[in-house]
Amino acid sequence: MVSRTVVGQSVDKLDGPALVTGQAVYTDDFSLPGMLFGKILWSSRAHARIRAIDTFAAERLPGIRLILHHGNVPRVAYTTAGQGFPEPSPYDSFIFDRKVRFVGDRVAAVFADNLIAAQEAVDLIRVEYEDLPAIFQPEEATQPNAPIIHDEEEIRGAFDPGHNLVSHLDLKIGDVEQSLAQATYQAEGTWITQFAQHVPMETHIVITYLDEWSRLVVRSSTQVPFHARRIISRLLDLPIQKVRVIKPRVGGGFGGKQEILLEDLCALATLRTRRPARIELSRKEEFVSARLMHPMKIQVRLGADSGGQLQAMEMRVLANTGAYGTHGSTVFFNTGSKTLPLYNKASHVRFVGDVVYTNLPVPGAYRGYGATEGYFALECAMDQLAAKMGMDPLLLRRKNHIREGETSPIFIKLGEGREGVDQTVQSCGLDRCIELGMKAFKWDEKRKNPRRIGSDRARGVGMSILMQGSSIPRVDMAAANLRMAEDGSFHLFLGATDIGTGSDTILAQIAAETIGLPTQRFTVHSSDTDFSPFDKGAYASSTTYLSGQAVYKAALAVRKQILGVAGLWFHVEPSTLEICQGVVFNRQGARLTLEEIGYRSYYLADQQQIEASASALSQASPPPFSAHFAEVEIDLETGIVRPLDYVVAVDCGVAINPELARGQVLGSLINGIGFALSEELLFSSRGVALNPNFLDYKILTSLDLPRIEIIPVETNEPTGPYGAKSIGEICINGPLPTLANAIFDATGIQMKEAPFTAERVWRALKRNE
Amino acid sequence: MQLSFKLNGSATQWEDVYPGENLLEVLRRHDCWEVKGNNCTNGECGACTILLDGIPVPSCTVFAARVEGRNVDTIRLLGDPDHLHPLQQAFLRHGAVQCGYCIPGMLLSAHALLVRNPHPNRDEIQQSLSGHLCRCTGYLQQIEAIEEMARLPEGAE
Repeated sequence: MVSRTVVGQSVDKLDGPALVTGQAVYTDDFSLPGMLFGKILWSSRAHARIRAIDTFAAERLPGIRLILHHGNVPRVAYTTAGQGFPEPSPYDSFIFDRKVRFVGDRVAAVFADNLIAAQEAVDLIRVEYEDLPAIFQPEEATQPNAPIIHDEEEIRGAFDPGHNLVSHLDLKIGDVEQSLAQATYQAEGTWITQFAQHVPMETHIVITYLDEWSRLVVRSSTQVPFHARRIISRLLDLPIQKVRVIKPRVGGGFGGKQEILLEDLCALATLRTRRPARIELSRKEEFVSARLMHPMKIQVRLGADSGGQLQAMEMRVLANTGAYGTHGSTVFFNTGSKTLPLYNKASHVRFVGDVVYTNLPVPGAYRGYGATEGYFALECAMDQLAAKMGMDPLLLRRKNHIREGETSPIFIKLGEGREGVDQTVQSCGLDRCIELGMKAFKWDEKRKNPRRIGSDRARGVGMSILMQGSSIPRVDMAAANLRMAEDGSFHLFLGATDIGTGSDTILAQIAAETIGLPTQRFTVHSSDTDFSPFDKGAYASSTTYLSGQAVYKAALAVRKQILGVAGLWFHVEPSTLEICQGVVFNRQGARLTLEEIGYRSYYLADQQQIEASASALSQASPPPFSAHFAEVEIDLETGIVRPLDYVVAVDCGVAINPELARGQVLGSLINGIGFALSEELLFSSRGVALNPNFLDYKILTSLDLPRIEIIPVETNEPTGPYGAKSIGEICINGPLPTLANAIFDATGIQMKEAPFTAERVWRALKRNE
Repeated sequence: MQLSFKLNGSATQWEDVYPGENLLEVLRRHDCWEVKGNNCTNGECGACTILLDGIPVPSCTVFAARVEGRNVDTIRLLGDPDHLHPLQQAFLRHGAVQCGYCIPGMLLSAHALLVRNPHPNRDEIQQSLSGHLCRCTGYLQQIEAIEEMARLPEGAE
C-alpha cells in the first residue's frame, strides 16, 4: 500500500477555530433589517376537521403582517421527507390542511414585526374543530371500522390509506414455518421501542429573504439543501432557478433535519410580504412537532440446529409512523435489510410487516434508520437462543455471522422502500472486532464473576454485533468541484452537508491526499445550492463513502491538470513528475511550487483555470461492522441500571480521520445508551406529549458515562475512497441489545420494552420474584 | 431602560433594554452571536452559558437588569480564531467539537473550573460539565481535554 500522509491523520477540524470561538456561523447568528418573526399555531386536537379559523382579533394586533392557514396557501400534496426524487415516502402532507392529525400538527402561522407580537397573535386565533375519533395504538390502526386518518383524495404513494397502511411487505426466502418446526432450538419474543427525539442542540430554524434579483434565498439548518430546494420549488410553484438554499454550520441533525419543516412557511411569508422572515422551533416544539424515531413492535423467531447453526429467522414488524408517512416505508425496510444479512447462514428467512398511521407525532429519519429497532429484537433473540442452548452468546454469533466474500439474499430483495442491490461483502473485520473487543472487555473473565453483589445488587455482561450500510446504492448521487487559486490553495465546493460530523475536513483530507498537499490549503464550501454541485445531503451513512468518491475523482483530475502544466514547464512527460507537500518534483529533483503553477496558469502561459468536477453513484452499500460489550450493575431494590464498562470494536474500513471517526462512535453510543435507559416521549390518553423538555426527557449528561473503550479495527474497502466505509450510524444500534443482554445475564430477565427505566426494571424484577 | 455593565472587560451601556428581558435575548440583540442556544430558554441545555462575575450561568435564566454594574464574559474572553486559548486548542485536539453549538458554553464552564481549581480531578470535571447538554460527542472528549489542561503546571494555562 502506498504510504499516506494525510488520510489516516487526525487533522483538526477546518471549522474548529470558528466553532470554539463562537463565531456567527449558524443559521440564526444573522439578522436582516425588517425581518419578520414567525410563530406557528399547533393543533390542540389529535384528530379533527377544521370547521373555521377566525383570525379577526389576531390580525388587529399591532405589528402583525401575515397570517397563513389552509384557506390562503396553495394546496399541494407532498412529503416532508428530504429524499431523492421521486421520494419513496407518501405524498400525504399539505402546507396547511383542513384537517389536523395529531396534537402538535400545523394549523396556522403568524408573521409579525417581533416575536412577542407573533406569539400573542397565535394565542388570539380561534379555531373551531370538529373532533374525529383518534387512533393512538398502532394495533388499532388496521382494525375494521378504524377511523381513516388520511382520507384526502390527493394522497399518493401510501400502500392502503383506507386502512391507515403506509407500507406493507411480506418477503419470504425458503420455508420459515417448516424450518422452525424442525429446528432443535427456537427463540421467540416481541420487542418494543419507544418514541425518541433527535435532540439536536440547535432546533430547526429557517431564515428567508429575497436577493437583489428577487430570487428567494433560504438559509436553513438542514441536512438536505438540494432536496429542500426541489421541494420548496414544487410546493410554491416557483422555478428551481428562483430558489437558493444556503446551509450554514448546523447545530446537529441526526436525521431530524432530513426534513422540510419550516422552509415553506418562511418562503411564503417572504414572497408575500417581500420582507425577510424567520421561524425557529422552541425546544418544546422540536420535541412535539419536528420528527421522532419510529416506535416499533418487532416479533422475532429464530431456529437453530443442534450445533447452533441458524436455520430460520423471522422478523415481524409493526411500525408506528404517526400522523404522516415520512420515511415510513424506508425505515421499515431498513429494519430488515440492515439486520438480517448479518446472519446469512440461515436459509429460511421471512420479513413481514406493516407501517401504520396513528394520531401521534411524526417519526422520520433517525440515525440508525430502523436498524436500531431491528437490532434490539434480533440481538436479544440471539441471546435467548444462546441461553436455551447453554452456549456462550459470543460463540453463537461467531458461528453465524457474515464474512468477507459472502453475500446474503436479503441484499437484493430489500432496498430502500424497493428492491435492493446484489452485493458481496468485500471487507469485513467482524471476526477481529469480536476478538479484540472480548479481550479488551475481559469477556471470559467477567462471565465467570458472580452475578450477585451483596444482597441488593446484580451485575451482568452482554454483547451484540452489528452492521449498517454506506450510502443507498444506485439511488443517490454526490458531486464535488475543486478549483485552484493562483497561490496554490484550493476551494472545494461540496453539496455534501457537514452538520457537525466534520465531513468538510474529511473530504478535504481526501482531496489533499490525492493531490499531495496539506489539508490546511483547502477552503471548503458546503453547501449553497447556487455554488455547490449537487449532493443528496447528509444521510444514509454516505458522506465519507460516496461524496468521498466524488472528491477523489475531482482531485485526481485536478492533479492531472497540475502535472500537465508542470510538464510543459519542465518539458517532460507529466507522468514522470511527483507532487509532495504541495511541491512538484521532476526526476532531476527540480522543484515547482503549486503557487508557481497557479500564477503561470492564471496569468503567464498556457492559461487555464485548474479545476474539475466529478460525480459518484455508488454501486454497493458496503457495511461497516461492530461488536459491542457492556457490563451493567442493577440495583435490585430500585431497578436502576448503571452501565459500568462499555467496549466498542468497530470496522469502518480505513478511518480517514481517526479522531472524527471516534467522535461518531462516541456520540452515537451515548445517544444509544440514552435510548436504552431513559429517553422516551410520553403521551396522555388524548395524545398530548407529557415531557417535551430536558427536565422530563432525559438525555445523558457528563455524569452518566460508563468507562468506555473504543477499538478501531481497520479493513480496506476496495470500493471506498482510500478504503473507507461509513461510521456515522452503526454504533447507535448497539446499546439497546447490549444493555438488555447484560440485564438478562445479571437477572435472567429479558427486558423487551425500551427504555429500561428504573420503574420498568423494578416491575420486571417484582414479576419475577 | 438603560443598562451599564462590563462586557468582556469593556464598559458597555445599552439604552434599549426592556424590563423582564433575559440577558441572552439582550446579548444576541446586540450582535453577541457568540452566545448560542436561544431555544430552550429554561436553563436546561447550558448552551447560552456566560460568566457572571466569573461564575458560569445560563444567560437565559438571568434578567438583563440583574447584570447592572457587573462583569459579563462571553467566549470572546478566551481567544479569537487566530489566537486560540490553550483550552480551546485542547478541545480541538481531543475531538471535543463536532457541531460546536454547545461548545462556547462548555468552554466557559471548563475555564471557570480551571481558574478556581487548576488541577481538578475527573469527578470535578464531570460535575463542571453536567449543566451542558451535548448530543454529538459523548462528553468524553471534553473531559479528556480538560484533564490535559489540569495536568499542566500552575500558570501554564
